[in-house]
Amino acid sequence: MSPFIISIRPFGEFAVLVEWPNIVEEQILNDILDFIHHLKTNHLNEKEWEMVPAYNSLALIHRAGKIEYKTFSKELKEWYSQKSGDYAIEKYLWELPVCYEGDFGVDLMEVAEKLGMSPKEVISLHTKHIYTVYGIGFLPGFMYLGGLPQSLEIVRRETPRLKVEQGSVGLAGKQTGIYPQESPGGWNLIGNCPVPLFNKDNENPCFVNVGDKIKFYSITKGEHDLLKLQGEVGIYKLKKTKVDA
Amino acid sequence: MLKVIKSGFFTTVQDMGRFNYRNKGVPVSGVMDSFSYAIVNMLLENDKKAAVLEITMTGPTVEFELDTYIVAGGAELAMSLNGQTIKNFKVHKIQAGDIVSFGKLDHGMRSYLAIKEGFKTPIVLGSRSYYKPLTNSSRIKDYDQLPYDECKSFTPKLQELKPHSLLKETVLEVFEGPEYRLLTEQQKKTLFGDDFTVAKENNRMAYQLNETIEGHAISMLTSATLPGTVQLTPSGKLIILMKDGQTTGGYPRILQLSEKAISILAQKRYGDELSFNLI
Repeated sequence: MSPFIISIRPFGEFAVLVEWPNIVEEQILNDILDFIHHLKTNHLNEKEWEMVPAYNSLALIHRAGKIEYKTFSKELKEWYSQKSGDYAIEKYLWELPVCYEGDFGVDLMEVAEKLGMSPKEVISLHTKHIYTVYGIGFLPGFMYLGGLPQSLEIVRRETPRLKVEQGSVGLAGKQTGIYPQESPGGWNLIGNCPVPLFNKDNENPCFVNVGDKIKFYSITKGEHDLLKLQGEVGIYKLKKTKVDA
Repeated sequence: MLKVIKSGFFTTVQDMGRFNYRNKGVPVSGVMDSFSYAIVNMLLENDKKAAVLEITMTGPTVEFELDTYIVAGGAELAMSLNGQTIKNFKVHKIQAGDIVSFGKLDHGMRSYLAIKEGFKTPIVLGSRSYYKPLTNSSRIKDYDQLPYDECKSFTPKLQELKPHSLLKETVLEVFEGPEYRLLTEQQKKTLFGDDFTVAKENNRMAYQLNETIEGHAISMLTSATLPGTVQLTPSGKLIILMKDGQTTGGYPRILQLSEKAISILAQKRYGDELSFNLI
């Protein structure tokens, strides 16, 4: 069963873009992941194809050469209509520690003031909700998280910072997220996650997959220091729970 | 080892790129001008993925500690071996202790220095291409030592080549991007009728253009981008993503450069003119 109407467009010589309806919707994301699974299992060799899902789209990038678009788009439509839709895609809920104290939450006071609540309430709202990973991009290991409560929506900082520390947790518009590496950035910083989200030395450099869930929990500065050290030597253990599809 | 005596402006180790990690946000990286890269490796009969030095603008001064063979090519950048001028796109024998340096840049932006069997710097996630923070450094530095294997004897099938140069080409072949259909007739007219120039903001991540086209209020969800994707910002600025460009973006992807067009653009610098041709 294929519940959505998809559109397929050429994207240069080597790629094709498949698009679902233009809305942020978990059902759509799940259908994309389901299609990826179907393609990998039955039709496309993972060594030759890269598949990049995000929100309502899936880019299929061919490494082995140019794509014969007419034939390929027809095949894709067929394959989509044939997929059963009942693959059990493995998904996990990751609980990530965040220290909201002191310099880590450099904008926390200002954010709380602008949102008309106490810093404690900001932290409690931020840690209460479960977020869905709708995409990974922008920087290696950067997650686009959906599901931020409306009461935490706040505009970006007027002037971006030239340097945002690795692990900084920020708020901007409808999004919350973690800077996986040091980079410039305009988000309001409310905390820091000591666990590295990207490790180039691992065969799978980023443990999170699109479709996974993220929940934050508050830790003290002392716990942060310890986890940071453990992260650097690679002995930390993350809280991870399997999510039923 | 290849000893870096003077690093020059911006030189990196690059190969074909880092594939299969775009779903984790890792850019492809790899050589900007794959056209020149293919030729320098071919002359040395290297694996087509062999790692080379990508030299931006002014070149480094390097000393070879082992015998080998080299070929350079790409931009029109003067090259010397122990002070004697040597030719681009030609196989040169190198003996231990030889010093190669680079001089005046006449045309273009990026040159490639290939070595027999390629540089053997560490592989990170399947590629030797420099990209910080995956690799420790974003470019080669003074006193760096780059490993390579000794080659005492090699008889190339082809000593020298005069490739058809892309340096003078100014027309970029483009395909319609995924959001091309959302452009107005006026925007399309400007896009294909006007000439554009390269802005100061140009590097391995992206090339911005000075001239703008009519802006837009298209709102879209973040979606995949590729090297060669032309993004249109709400204010009408054109940003062409290159090899170190981010893997996803939220601006409309109005055009997509062909691989050849990426190679042409990779040789352009601030102020250079170009235009788009839809194919």
